[in-house]
Amino acid sequence: MSRNKTAGYKGPYGYQKRREGDGRSCVRYKCGLTNTIQDVLRQRPGWMEVKDDGEWDFNWCDVGWLRENFDHSYMEEHVRICHFRNHYELTRKNLMVKNLKRYRKTLEREAGRIEASKCDFFPRTFELPSEYHLFVEEFKRSPGSTWIMKPVARSQGKGIFLFQKLKDIMDWKKDGSRSEEQRDETQVESYVAQRYIENPYLISGRKFDLRVYVLVTSYIPLKAWLYRDGFARFSSTRFSLTSIDDQYVHLTNVAVQKTAPDYDPEKGCKWQMQQLRRYLTARHGTETIEALFKDIDNIFVRSLQSVQKVIINDKHCFELYGYDILLDQDLKPWLIEVNASPSLTASSQEDYEMKCCLLEDTLHIVDIEGSCQENPLLFPDLRLTGREKRVGGYDLMWNDGPVYREDVNLETLGSACFTANTHLGCVNDRKKQLRQLLKPFPGKKRI
Amino acid sequence: MLSSLSAAECLHRPEIQLESLKEDVRNFLKASGWERKLQNAVYRELHVQPLPSHPAAPPEHAKEPLAYMRKAQVNWEKRILKSLNSMCTELGVPLARKRPAVEQKELTNKWNEMGTDEPDLSRFRPVYAPKDFLEVLISLRNPNHDSSEEASAKSHWGLIQVPLHDRDIPQMREAYSELSLTTGQLGIDDHTHVPPDLFESEHTRIGKKVVNEQDCAAAQQYSRQGCPTGLRADLWALILNSTNEPEDVMHYEQLKAGVIHHDLLVDNLIYKDVKLTASNDDYYFVFEDFLYQVLLCFSRDTAVLEHFSYNSATPPKSYIQGKVGVEEFAVVYPPNGVIPFHGFSMYVAPLCFLYNEPSKLYSVFREMYVRYFFRLHSVSSSTSGIVSLCLQFERLLQTHLPQLFYHLREIGAQPLRIAFKWMVRAFSGYLSTDQLLLLWDRILGYDSLEIVAVLAAAVFAFRAENLMEVTSLTSAEAVLADLSTLKVMPLIQIFLFATVI
Repeated sequence: MSRNKTAGYKGPYGYQKRREGDGRSCVRYKCGLTNTIQDVLRQRPGWMEVKDDGEWDFNWCDVGWLRENFDHSYMEEHVRICHFRNHYELTRKNLMVKNLKRYRKTLEREAGRIEASKCDFFPRTFELPSEYHLFVEEFKRSPGSTWIMKPVARSQGKGIFLFQKLKDIMDWKKDGSRSEEQRDETQVESYVAQRYIENPYLISGRKFDLRVYVLVTSYIPLKAWLYRDGFARFSSTRFSLTSIDDQYVHLTNVAVQKTAPDYDPEKGCKWQMQQLRRYLTARHGTETIEALFKDIDNIFVRSLQSVQKVIINDKHCFELYGYDILLDQDLKPWLIEVNASPSLTASSQEDYEMKCCLLEDTLHIVDIEGSCQENPLLFPDLRLTGREKRVGGYDLMWNDGPVYREDVNLETLGSACFTANTHLGCVNDRKKQLRQLLKPFPGKKRI
Repeated sequence: MLSSLSAAECLHRPEIQLESLKEDVRNFLKASGWERKLQNAVYRELHVQPLPSHPAAPPEHAKEPLAYMRKAQVNWEKRILKSLNSMCTELGVPLARKRPAVEQKELTNKWNEMGTDEPDLSRFRPVYAPKDFLEVLISLRNPNHDSSEEASAKSHWGLIQVPLHDRDIPQMREAYSELSLTTGQLGIDDHTHVPPDLFESEHTRIGKKVVNEQDCAAAQQYSRQGCPTGLRADLWALILNSTNEPEDVMHYEQLKAGVIHHDLLVDNLIYKDVKLTASNDDYYFVFEDFLYQVLLCFSRDTAVLEHFSYNSATPPKSYIQGKVGVEEFAVVYPPNGVIPFHGFSMYVAPLCFLYNEPSKLYSVFREMYVRYFFRLHSVSSSTSGIVSLCLQFERLLQTHLPQLFYHLREIGAQPLRIAFKWMVRAFSGYLSTDQLLLLWDRILGYDSLEIVAVLAAAVFAFRAENLMEVTSLTSAEAVLADLSTLKVMPLIQIFLFATVI
């Protein structure tokens, strides 16, 4: 569909005035954060920042802004925003667990035990104080076990502690005997109590967890992309169950590690995902580790499926999630949590470059330029067809069904071996791929 | 020895008949895998023992045939020992002391996390750094060589001024034929856009077979084209004939007990080195504890003394007080005869990627040291020795990149001054780990460190354009400061097989 227009009508005052149906000469963006994303947006050709109450085509906002403004904003068809309205169904610890438990039940009812057991990637979790009694039952069934308490809505490791005795969590006891006055005064913050994984996979005595990036552009149908890069975050001290008060041992968030007394910023406590994958492959062999990464893929897909029907699907929305995964000594991956606003602050030059590439590729996939169909001259290089299986460092993991590396056609349909189109921790030659992808088609007319 | 015990045992077996004793024993050894083990053990000996020499040659010829090299090594050792002794006196720290019981208990408890210890190491300095050693090599001269000729186009522009034999590219093309452009390689042909059927899958399949057969010679040949990540640990252990039998574990435990009982001055040097180098490395910081567990034991391993029969170096001797010069009161110090220098821990760090049982890691490291690494810090004429590597590097550069070499010389940036530190460490800590392991695959495959010199020259060739623009040593160093993005196999392959001769 083409419309007749000039490349930017200038009103009587010399500035570009937008008429109805006018082609956009630039993408107007709003950005509520001041870290890597700012740099990436600023450097994108043809994108301009709008301040304050200006109209925008693209908004990278924080969840607070979203909560206050989303419901009052009218967004035209082409507009894009970086969160789903009720993302917290996936990212708040108590809600995620609730959704996963419900999904698992449905799965068991419809597809049987074995299929449901594929959801057993999160440790036993209870919301407190509402599920206090259920929790106590479970607690008593496993004497001597260690549990971890996490506030449902905080981040960066704040408020987390471990406990082994019930008396440590008396504040969350659901007690009907408290007077009304008491109950009104002290509203206990909602926490989840989760079985602590006591046998984490250790590298040279140190515990680590994985940060993986998953981009969801639609829930119905479900379309999710997996980024090849990521990292393993190491605790700066050796793992031991004897010092459960030492949060530096157990929590691997970089934010927490930074405050540890022996933290050395020069030291760096992260490994790139490729490094980790190679190490594990050298230690356990290719097949074992391929199976492990398949299990990790399963976590992403199932967790997204569990909230598919709950999340308000909105074509304007996309979301970049930061998944935290923990491995245990049997090489079983566990889901720790999902972050709707993964930290975009860079901890080192290498980290900065990785995050820039991640964000650039995210913007490529969101392809807001593609919706500026009316003005092909403006963004001649960005021509995504929407049928790509790979864009830069992202691989299409799920597209209303599993996505395979091999092309599924009549010939290959009978074949039994399809491999998933995911490459977490594999070589990320994104620049090369982008060059191939964004080349103009031969014979395409360029005016 | 174990194989002969096993052979003796097998005589009691019912299938062994007296009439066909020889055949039966032989078949038994083959079936039980002992024949293969014997073969591997013999193969190992062939690797480390020097070539048979003239019966009248004195033992020092096995260490180093050239007298002037021996002399230089002796002088260097005197300097190191003097430095060590003076540090000892200055700091008032004994070379060795027995630990009190309380300290022993503490160390036993902390054995798996020695990295958490933060002893005060500020007073300790490394005994020497690679650049000190470079000065020694630069001053080497062969007294029989007349180097008084006028400087000409044929003269050597580099810093090493000894006439050792080196190889030119045509000779290397023959020697390293498996690295040619038409042969599949890991590090090149396993890249994402190359379909695995072309090379990778088949190569991996062969690798699995080699590991199953436990064939040491085959593993070495195989390694020339690179080892798959999942098989590398087994393949290297096979090539080095490094086992993890109960007796190896026991040996390691004995060394550990030695560490617990006695504290050595060199322990502090090891701590300091690990803290300064490996702990600050993005890849290796995780393995800090392993490094202590390996290096502290290594210092106490008298089995390492055996390698001095073919090493030009001689272990430093210390004398009991008052008995200097009296051989009965001489004690080798440290017990393994190897004084660590700045960066020594980087020989071990990459191996932590492959092995995480301390006794196995130790066994592999020790074998790597007594076969290869020792040559990187002793003065010798060996083709794998650091002197040869330096000369080889300089000659390759002068022959094939004369403009670059001349330019760098003119601005006071002799290439060897930059490349030396890479070669002394066999590039550990300079390349990314996966690339380093691909390089070490070839060191094992070709049983030689020569490839390290080739890579050094190839790096200069790769960055030649930028280097031609620089005007000082500092800027030249800046251009070559970060090698972490380099892919070693394409560089080596292009340098050896695509250079116009």
